[in-house]
Amino acid sequence: MGWPRGGNFNVSESGKLVGETAARIFADFADPGTVNRAKDDAWKQALWNALADAGLTLAWVPEEAGGAGASLADGFEILGVAGRFAVAVPLAETMLAGWLLARAGIAAPSGPMTLVPARPGDSIALDPGGSLTGRAGGVPFAREARHLAVMAKGATGATIALVAAGEYRLTVHRNLAGDTVGEVTFDRADPLQVAAAPAGLTQDALLAMGAVVRSVETAGALETLLKLTVHYAAERVAFERPIAKFQAVQHSLARLAGEVAAAMTAAGSAADTIASSAVFDDAVLLEAASAKIRSAAAAEEGAAIAHQVHGAIGFTKEHILHRFTLRMLAWRDDFGHESHWALVLGNRIAARGADAFWPLLASR
Amino acid sequence: MTLTTDLRFDQIRLPEECEALRREVRAFLAEEVDAGTFDPGQPEYGDAHDAEFSRRVAAKGWIGMTWPKKYGGGERSFLERYVVTEEFRVANAPVRLHFVADRQSGPILLKYAPEHIKMEVLPRICRGEVCFVIGMSEPGSGSDLFAAKTKATKTGNGWRVNGTKIWTSNAHIADYMIGLFRTSPPTKENRRHGLTQFLVDMKTPGIRVNPIYQMTGRHDFNEVVFEDVFVPDDHVLGEIDGAWKQATSELAYERSGPERFLETFYVLIELIRALGPSPDVRSAEGLGRLVAQLHTLRRMSVSVAGMLQAGQEPVVEGSIVKDLGTIWEQKLPGRVRELAAFLDPEATNRMTLEEQLAFAATIAPKLTIQGGTTEVLRGIIARGLGLR
Repeated sequence: MGWPRGGNFNVSESGKLVGETAARIFADFADPGTVNRAKDDAWKQALWNALADAGLTLAWVPEEAGGAGASLADGFEILGVAGRFAVAVPLAETMLAGWLLARAGIAAPSGPMTLVPARPGDSIALDPGGSLTGRAGGVPFAREARHLAVMAKGATGATIALVAAGEYRLTVHRNLAGDTVGEVTFDRADPLQVAAAPAGLTQDALLAMGAVVRSVETAGALETLLKLTVHYAAERVAFERPIAKFQAVQHSLARLAGEVAAAMTAAGSAADTIASSAVFDDAVLLEAASAKIRSAAAAEEGAAIAHQVHGAIGFTKEHILHRFTLRMLAWRDDFGHESHWALVLGNRIAARGADAFWPLLASR
Repeated sequence: MTLTTDLRFDQIRLPEECEALRREVRAFLAEEVDAGTFDPGQPEYGDAHDAEFSRRVAAKGWIGMTWPKKYGGGERSFLERYVVTEEFRVANAPVRLHFVADRQSGPILLKYAPEHIKMEVLPRICRGEVCFVIGMSEPGSGSDLFAAKTKATKTGNGWRVNGTKIWTSNAHIADYMIGLFRTSPPTKENRRHGLTQFLVDMKTPGIRVNPIYQMTGRHDFNEVVFEDVFVPDDHVLGEIDGAWKQATSELAYERSGPERFLETFYVLIELIRALGPSPDVRSAEGLGRLVAQLHTLRRMSVSVAGMLQAGQEPVVEGSIVKDLGTIWEQKLPGRVRELAAFLDPEATNRMTLEEQLAFAATIAPKLTIQGGTTEVLRGIIARGLGLR
């Protein structure tokens, strides 16, 4: 079975090219069936090396800083492909970390990175002596990361810091999909480098960027889920015909298509907005929050439908379905739970007032 | 089975000319509200017909605005029409008289009517003078369109129509019907064969319109009885016996517009008003979720409009928009009711909100039935996926 090429964005030529590159690498090194049968995680290193060699891990780092210098839009294209393969390496996290560091003029080191904080309530302080203190939970791939890109609150405002592994305490657990998540504790940790965050790049803006990244990955995973589920229904015979011939199953698949469509649109719209916005304004908040809320809802509904159609086989370790459903469900928690974004968005809409609501919506 | 699971929703943003037009439309609507033509807080107006209003809309060039100029159209883009439609819908403006003609009857005539009929009828639509009704459902056939029995029999230089159409919105005020009549029996190979589309002048002798009152107490749809009604040959639209081939591409236009998710929008606006600037956590989170859904639906709908403008035929995508959109607008009043449950009874707009919720609750059941039921839409989506 070939893997779906998404129609998520109005993709530029360069976007198509990086998307194709990413798809080729994932197909070669992270075919879901192959990695699902793998005895160990050796494939992850091979996948990582291929992604890094192709420049994808530092896609959002400018060329002069050692990255690939891809546009935001092209980077989202890579992440959509990664989602379609239910990526299990810190590609998105490293891209985000590289992007954050670059915004502050800090060169990105090689190797996997991740982002701190990854949750709305967490806060890291930069003390006047230049060291970091604070705790951040829910940090994806914290164990694999060799460096952290940290947004901290300093005396003069938001600050970006690059911190090497070993400078902080780490408690690791695993998310629904088995990927590592860490709680990171800084106790007067010394960063390798520190620089002021550019104006407007707040912690909210950073989390919004992370939320859109997860939405794009989720939409990608849903595209594969639809393909897997439709193909399974067409092949599986019960009561002497393919189950896809039963109207009840057809309607479930139509509902799944609707969820996939909604997630693709919401995520694509938010990515398109972030890629073309200079400031974190109400329009970006509407787009980013909607993407996270709608893609999380689609993940939940889509996973339920896909499992129902697959029946018992989809509940086995042997089948690849769980790679997509569990990872999508886990992504709901990253960079702000959808309820967090719903609360932020609802408060913002209420504060703007009833008469300002439609004009905001219509401006998108 | 050839399976196709690659959905496509291009990221379309409305171009600048649309925003200039939007400002013009809002100014026009504000003037009409000031003049007392309608009240945006009163959803009844959105379902009303107002001939004078339709003529003023026409004078602005906002009916048939995408059609060729020689027929009175404005040769403007489908995205510009989208802006006009959504602004009118959100304002609850009384568009009933011209809306069906503008959305679907006019485009059918443009595609299938003989030139002299186009020259005669289309400019009158563009002037806001004529109202159209769709004659598809019958007492014995609704969703199953191709089971229609109302018969058109060849006679001399025309046809004689006998039978009954039902659920015909506007029939009591309409000047024309685009009717689907049986001209031949279905064949063994193709049960959709044998139906033909006709343009019918509603003043023709033999047509009787009987009102059907709705559960809301309102009168909107009707039963239309045909007894030996003569329809001339030049009123045949498209291929005789081949109407089934003509239906598909129009569906995306009909099904994906802003009217497919904004029908109960007013309760959301009124909820925001009732909640005030600092709602409690429960209400704020609930509101945020509703806004996320609505924004997503609108982006999907704009995307389909853009793809149509680009000459594509996103039939599956259009059906998905209507499926998700109508279910959402149907559930919206219930969600708003929950979120408003603990509001201060003294809140100034509490009565308005309750009146709107009552209205929305009574019209909600029709939203997933009219223009293609949820079940029919899901069948179309399933066919699009290659499952049928």
